[in-house]
Amino acid sequence: MHLELSGLTKSFGSLVANDHIDLVIEPGEIHCLLGENGAGKSTLMNMLYGLLQPDSGEIVIDGAKVKITSPSDAIKHGIGMVHQHFMLVPVFTVAENIMLGRENTRAGGVLDRKKAHALVTELSDRYGFEVDPEALVEDIPVGVQQRVEIIKALVNDASVLILDEPTAVLTPAEIDELIGVMRQLKENGTSIVFITHKLKEVKAIADKITVIRRGKVVGQAEPSASEEELAELMVGRAVDLVVDKEPAAPKDAVLRVEGLTVIDERGFTAVDDVDLEVRAGEILAVAGVQGNGQTELAEALLGLTPIAAGKISLDGQDLTGRSTRHRLDAGIGYVPEDRWHDGFVDSFSVAENLVLDLFRKPPFGNGLALRTDEIEKNAQARVEEFDIRTQGIDLPVSSLSGGNQQKVVLARELSRPLRLLVASQPTRGVDVGSIEFLHGRIVEERDRGTAVLIVSTELDEIAALADRIAVMYRGKVVGVVPSDTPRDELGLMMAGASKTQAHHEAIEHPTTLGTI
Amino acid sequence: MSETTPDAVPAAAPKPQAIEAPADRTRRLRVGGVMLVFALIGLGLAVFTKGGKATFQLVSGDLQNNLLGIPAQFTALVLGILGVIAAGAYLLRRVPQSYSGYLAALLGICFIGAFLCWAAAGKTFPLANQFQGTLNFATPLILGALAGVMCERAGVINIAIEGQFLVGAFTAALVSSTTNSSAAALIAAAASGVVMAWLLAVFSIKYLVNQVVLGVVLVVFATGITGFLFDQFMQPQAEKLNTPEVLSAVKIPGLADIPFIGPILFNQTILVYLTYIAVAVVTFVLFQTRWGLRIRAVGEHPKAADTVGIKVKRIRYSAVLAAGVLAGLGGAFFTVGYAGSFSKEMTAGNGFIALAALIMGRWHPIGAMVAALFFGFATQLQSQLQIIQTPIPGELLLMAPYLATIIAVAGLVGRVRAPKADGEPYVTE
Amino acid sequence: MSTETEVAPAPAPAKEPRGSGLPNWAVQGLVSLSAIVLALLVGAILIIVGDDQVQATVKYFGAAPMDTVSAALSAVGEAYKALAVGAFGSWTAISESLTQATPLICGGLAVSLAFRTGLFNIGAQGQLIMGAILAAYVGFAWHLPPVLHLIVAIVAGLIGGALWGGVVGLLKARTGAHEVIVTIMLNYVAIYLLAWLLTTSTFRRPGRTDPISPIVDANAQYPQIGGTRLHIGFFLALLAAVFVWWLLNRSTIGFELRAVGANADASRTAGMSVGRAYVIAMVVAGALAGLAGTQQVLGTDLPLTDGVAASVGFDAITVALLGRGTPLGTVLAGLLFGALNAGGLQMQLVTQTPLTLTTVLQAVIVLFVAAPALVRSIFRFLPKERGAGAVLAKGWNG
Repeated sequence: MHLELSGLTKSFGSLVANDHIDLVIEPGEIHCLLGENGAGKSTLMNMLYGLLQPDSGEIVIDGAKVKITSPSDAIKHGIGMVHQHFMLVPVFTVAENIMLGRENTRAGGVLDRKKAHALVTELSDRYGFEVDPEALVEDIPVGVQQRVEIIKALVNDASVLILDEPTAVLTPAEIDELIGVMRQLKENGTSIVFITHKLKEVKAIADKITVIRRGKVVGQAEPSASEEELAELMVGRAVDLVVDKEPAAPKDAVLRVEGLTVIDERGFTAVDDVDLEVRAGEILAVAGVQGNGQTELAEALLGLTPIAAGKISLDGQDLTGRSTRHRLDAGIGYVPEDRWHDGFVDSFSVAENLVLDLFRKPPFGNGLALRTDEIEKNAQARVEEFDIRTQGIDLPVSSLSGGNQQKVVLARELSRPLRLLVASQPTRGVDVGSIEFLHGRIVEERDRGTAVLIVSTELDEIAALADRIAVMYRGKVVGVVPSDTPRDELGLMMAGASKTQAHHEAIEHPTTLGTI
Repeated sequence: MSETTPDAVPAAAPKPQAIEAPADRTRRLRVGGVMLVFALIGLGLAVFTKGGKATFQLVSGDLQNNLLGIPAQFTALVLGILGVIAAGAYLLRRVPQSYSGYLAALLGICFIGAFLCWAAAGKTFPLANQFQGTLNFATPLILGALAGVMCERAGVINIAIEGQFLVGAFTAALVSSTTNSSAAALIAAAASGVVMAWLLAVFSIKYLVNQVVLGVVLVVFATGITGFLFDQFMQPQAEKLNTPEVLSAVKIPGLADIPFIGPILFNQTILVYLTYIAVAVVTFVLFQTRWGLRIRAVGEHPKAADTVGIKVKRIRYSAVLAAGVLAGLGGAFFTVGYAGSFSKEMTAGNGFIALAALIMGRWHPIGAMVAALFFGFATQLQSQLQIIQTPIPGELLLMAPYLATIIAVAGLVGRVRAPKADGEPYVTE
Repeated sequence: MSTETEVAPAPAPAKEPRGSGLPNWAVQGLVSLSAIVLALLVGAILIIVGDDQVQATVKYFGAAPMDTVSAALSAVGEAYKALAVGAFGSWTAISESLTQATPLICGGLAVSLAFRTGLFNIGAQGQLIMGAILAAYVGFAWHLPPVLHLIVAIVAGLIGGALWGGVVGLLKARTGAHEVIVTIMLNYVAIYLLAWLLTTSTFRRPGRTDPISPIVDANAQYPQIGGTRLHIGFFLALLAAVFVWWLLNRSTIGFELRAVGANADASRTAGMSVGRAYVIAMVVAGALAGLAGTQQVLGTDLPLTDGVAASVGFDAITVALLGRGTPLGTVLAGLLFGALNAGGLQMQLVTQTPLTLTTVLQAVIVLFVAAPALVRSIFRFLPKERGAGAVLAKGWNG
């Protein structure tokens, strides 16, 4: 199917998310849409899929203008989409999820579960997906969930498949598998629109690259372009792809974790007998595919999740079983993974959020009374220090961009003396400029002698920041390796291989991304 | 594809628990604690049971035959001790997790048994009446809880069940008095439930009003308007407008002859039979039909449903309106099914008890039915005890169903998992 | 530092277009006003439907339609005139409005404080009753010198309400039991407790067979103002509003309550104890409702009866909703609904319109206020509010 988007424009109030965008997708082509967080890629695809309506512009399929007002329209026209955040109902089975919207029924609307089961099995076999139709979605790993999403799109006979940031949840080896699937689909004549902000992937996969910046198309590129060239197109200026970092000079261990075991609400062992150590003046990065226990590890360190066994100590002081308040006071700073959910109160002002875990102590709190003047002074200082772009410290923090919101959270944590900084996915959903700033500040904190623990699923970030890398798989730490360990080796460890296994494997079977 | 890539295995494999999850431990201690308290109360009552026999009437109305006489104190003590053992076993984790439910049930039976022995020592307790009454009182609760299940599975919190009960009761009384037709009364009651449901649906789905707030306001509105119409019209013309015909029990031939349970289950009013059907229908529809799948999808992950082309708002409307039928019928129970004439605020919080049953039943029709039966049992027990004149004063007995609800919701249920998108209005462009 | 990069666009969720230049509170006021107008229209319909004159003239509507119309208009006119007269037609009326408003303000504060902490306190009725019980007991069973007796009685009332509210907060904090159900159940428990207490010798007035307690000591009564029913409890209510304002906006505890109410997860991550916030909120809310109870039993009723709560418990909820969770708004809403109640009494007297009409009016006003989009679609000239409004209570998963 020949797909053409011409002049698509979409505004939200005064914000122009998409500005007269033109895009042409040939049949059987893998077309990458490259842009940093917030550039407008998802908005564009949401319009193509009928979740949003364009203010102006048109969509042309095989020469005929079409109007797509809802996802069912898009599906009818052969457009399928795999979203960045999966559109799967966790408590349903795989078969039920795939059935949804085009249910196989017998008379009277009664579900025909046998037929659905057969359909899923057939598609799963055709592409080698190995998906169990009767498994509950919430029980299967994230990589398998993604395959379910792809099957869902294929079941509807998609001739254009949109993949929105699909590799966030995959190891390099799994990315290779996905690339294989995409090539197979391409051979069958399906076009693929691949949305990403990751330069290595784009070079590995794309036939054609369209770069979007701040809502406009700024250029086309070939996969043969260098990473630096692509980054410059994406951001609009020369970008430093590597963080300026002195080698670490670590001192004694600040954080000691022994035998930590966390069992989640559903009875699964999320963290399995983990031992870790983070020293003053070093950055330990915990790598792993989303869902292997890193989130629970970070939360356990902060006392947000009860632990089933193990010990946590800070500077020799036993923190096991102590409240979050106690741990924060003992000198732990925390930048949580999901800032909207856990990082700030979106209806509170920037100033209030900057003292969210400090308001009870002087100078902000004097016994019962709140010192609003001190809170304001503090806010002015932090905004200046961290270059937080806001139109007023009394405006709700929800009015800030993702990058600036993250700066608020980090500013708050760094505004008191810390022994340990725990940062989970510190630059998720953040624009490149803010990423540079945040990374710089984190390294600065390390250089001041603070122990830093970073949890990240982005191998680029890990490569940029880490002094040592701990890889987690299924709740266990598979190995702790130096920061110059090759990507492929890390990737194999993320999939469960031991240190030595991974080392050999990586040399013998390099992945596509690893060679870039 | 690399041949040595490990097979796709779950990211975190379930392990047989040698270590107990902290969440499980707190729950065990809390629930076990509540159980132990009840067990000890049961034992305490047993110690204070008067001597003599506790006689239980097995067939209602029959004062001569079919009586079960048991030594009161002895039985009470046995049950009391058994209850303590059951509670202790649960608390101390002597029994594998999957059997703990049975322990709780055993405790329940022991406690109630001991309580009955104490209360009925030296007297005659109409046991068959107790069960018949349980079913009777549970009927509106089951219907209300089913209505709640439909709404909440679709993602709409329905606190307004009490309001739907009131308008249902009022309408049923009014229509029955004026048309002398019970069928018309029931249909009208269902229709009035749908009208209230429509208000709930429009304000929450279209105007995005907070659903908890909306529910409470609708209850106030329903109380006000039924009160107003009662004062203005019904009361002044009571003979014409407020003398509904109470439904009479209809015996199902054959089934009603089964010993003991026959007369209890199959000699009830048509409303009760409708309730049986409703439970079966709602369960089937929710889990075996396309509409039910869509309802559940919309309540768990409306965005996912939207992206496959399902009209989220339309499904929510349909679920809420359908539920209105059940809630309206539940309301009809209070007048046409039981008390006869309408009086202001006669539903006395039963709509909220139905809500509690819904939560206790974990948003599942069968679970909600079991929970509703539990509350119905408490209500009937309280009224029986007043009749046979137990030492506890009537006003305090009246508290029983409400206290039971609190204990159930706090002690036995704790943190529950509602449908994920419950209460969140779905906002599209 | 990257100073060249401009602000990256805000996240995709659609933002409300900036409305007119009016500040938010003015827009909300306009919406409230429109809601009141709409509610009065709904009330008018009910009045017309219930009026004897109208019913009589409707029978021959085809022949003389104007008769029905004039009957309708006169019915509505009379009723609403009585309403207005009863609310502010004379000093007596005004004092009655303020008297009616007094417990409503305190009850409204009880509900809205809990709101701001993310809790839905439907138990104001039960908390009020418990407060009234303790206050009445101290009032008629103890004998203390003037002023002291009143203070002790008030404190007893605060304690009663605080305990009843605190239970709810504790259960929610420890077991996650949803406060909607627990508070409603506790309401009924309180009602029956009161009924039973009024049968006991401790509480039953000697010589009476109906459920009524001895009259509280003169020393324990709120002094009245100018020979009207208005008593200084009214000023205590205003003081309570100031206290709640200070608590929420100028104290560290209030910061915590508001944070937990807006985002309990982020608050927990920032080291706050969500459970503690719940308990504090419910204890204070319960005390406020208990204060309302003292105003009933030590100010207007004097002996304790089982009707002590009247409809204050549920009216308090509508007051809090109309007041949008702010202390000032609650006071204004309390005054409005107090006037409505006072007017309603007069209306019932003069035109025999049942008092329940005021309940309906209250509910309809709140319904419209809670759905500004609906009001706007009826009155198209109303401007939009800037930014999204805060969602108050949460669902079961909250």
